[in-house]
Amino acid sequence: MAAGTGRRWGLRVGHFGVVGLFTLFTAFPFYWMLVTTFKRTSDLLKRGNNPFVYNEAPTLENLRVLFQETFYVKWLVNTALVGVAVVVITLILAIPAGYALARLTGRWGEQLGIGIFLTYLVPPTLLFIPMSRVIGDLGLQDSLWSLVLVYPSFTIPFCTWLLMGFFKAIPRDLEEAAMIDGLSRFGAFVKVVIPISVAGVLTVVIFSFTLVMQEFVYALTFISSVRQMTVSVGVPTFLVHGDVYFWGSLMAGSFIASVPIAILYNFFVDRFIAGFTVGAIK
Amino acid sequence: MATLERDLRAPAAGRRFGFVLDRPEWLGPLMIAPAVLYIVAIVGLPFLLALYYSVSDISMGRRTLGFVGLKNFISVIPTSKFQTSLQNTFVFAIVSQVLVIILANILALALLKEFRGKWVVRLLLLLPWVAPISLGTIGWLWILDSIYSVINWTLEAFGLITADGWPMYLGKPYLAMGSVITVHVWRLLPLATVIILAGLTSIPKDIHDAAQVDGASFWRHHFQITVPLIRPILLVALLFGLVFAFTDMVVIFVLTRGGPYDTTQVLASLAFFTGIQGGDLAEGAAIAIFLFPLLLAVAFVFLRIARRSEVT
Repeated sequence: MAAGTGRRWGLRVGHFGVVGLFTLFTAFPFYWMLVTTFKRTSDLLKRGNNPFVYNEAPTLENLRVLFQETFYVKWLVNTALVGVAVVVITLILAIPAGYALARLTGRWGEQLGIGIFLTYLVPPTLLFIPMSRVIGDLGLQDSLWSLVLVYPSFTIPFCTWLLMGFFKAIPRDLEEAAMIDGLSRFGAFVKVVIPISVAGVLTVVIFSFTLVMQEFVYALTFISSVRQMTVSVGVPTFLVHGDVYFWGSLMAGSFIASVPIAILYNFFVDRFIAGFTVGAIK
Repeated sequence: MATLERDLRAPAAGRRFGFVLDRPEWLGPLMIAPAVLYIVAIVGLPFLLALYYSVSDISMGRRTLGFVGLKNFISVIPTSKFQTSLQNTFVFAIVSQVLVIILANILALALLKEFRGKWVVRLLLLLPWVAPISLGTIGWLWILDSIYSVINWTLEAFGLITADGWPMYLGKPYLAMGSVITVHVWRLLPLATVIILAGLTSIPKDIHDAAQVDGASFWRHHFQITVPLIRPILLVALLFGLVFAFTDMVVIFVLTRGGPYDTTQVLASLAFFTGIQGGDLAEGAAIAIFLFPLLLAVAFVFLRIARRSEVT
């Protein structure tokens, strides 16, 4: 009996240890950003100082520099603008496509759906070279419009796929009833299906927005002036002057732009996984 | 009454284009077309251009686009820079994926159990995947700093290294590769974990019960029952991981810029430095094209999985 409880406790401690170690690994960089945000530069750059405590009084100076002396706010605004535009384009194109793939097309639709999804896997690093030329020829170099144009290339495939799964789960009876009441097929889609698909649409909105926030390669390639940058490129390239790193402001900028959106995303994560796992789970 | 009225009006409108809104064989293609056209225009065309650029003499600021055959490949393949990058790409992708799959399996098994505060733990575990990767990597840049690394401070405090023996994580060849791989594992672990966890939770409970009744040991249970059942989903996790690892340049760009001495240079970052920063679009395209066969292989396996799941 005693051995049994001992073993159980052992398992529990082991379990706690495993989960704890992994959590430490994944979350520590963010904790470290938060700690560094409020440290004085003189405290940070003194070798021998215990980095885990505040050797000098905490300060808001890094945040002041970030918000007043850099383009950080501008970058956040740029990111939000691009995000909203990309979300709108994605919704307009992906909602009808997802519905059509779920309902209106038979076998070839299924093949096409997989084909569309596969384009999500074509990486920016394969396309950025010709894209940079095309963007230049269109006169969009250094403009946020270049990002608005290109980002749907990865939001549309994944969102069409997600919405297709979502629409498939809606019972057909609902549309059929509406069609018997005199609505056309398209009318039933607009007036019946879309209103009850708010959850799916919201998932797509959050997902597209986070993808825009995360994108780095295209933004780095197309945008070269500081004022036009998005936050994911501005922070790593412009808060570093030559060899001088403004660690406090860097960490503050990274933390503020990543953790809030991460918390939001967390609520939707199961739906994305359902999209990622395709047919591998029954 | 209202329905009757609408029924009467419907055919009138239907004469022009109303029938399009009602017939699946018209409406379907019509609703898909905009999305497909957009994708063809901004993924398909640039992709064809990428193929053509690799056999052309295009460069930034010049308007020429002449065909030069395999010249770019012939000039780029023998360079040690390219060969190092090719080798690094494989080391980087394969080592990080092996680690991700092993660690994600352990973590997913641990998360299968219910415990208090699980949602907070899940949020913390997901952070690296959800946060913009370039910003998360900045955190690591500071953690791995050559002079102020918190890891080194801790190691010294425990007496494991001396003050003048601090490793330079990003400045020494093998250490730099190790660091880049670690950060990449950190970034991809959450995705692989939740995918595998989704697979584990989809296994019906009575299968586990039956195994327990039969007295299967933990290891036997795991490797002979659980793993075969989740094999398709393990494959999915591996495929996504491989694509992300083979084609990613963000972690490397932020941490090392391919250095020291190109020891962490991979094809994607080399294509960027050659094509965009160096302005030699043609040679950059030739380097990036090497990513393509790999994607083809991944797409092939993916299609097979999708097809198999349709049959069963």
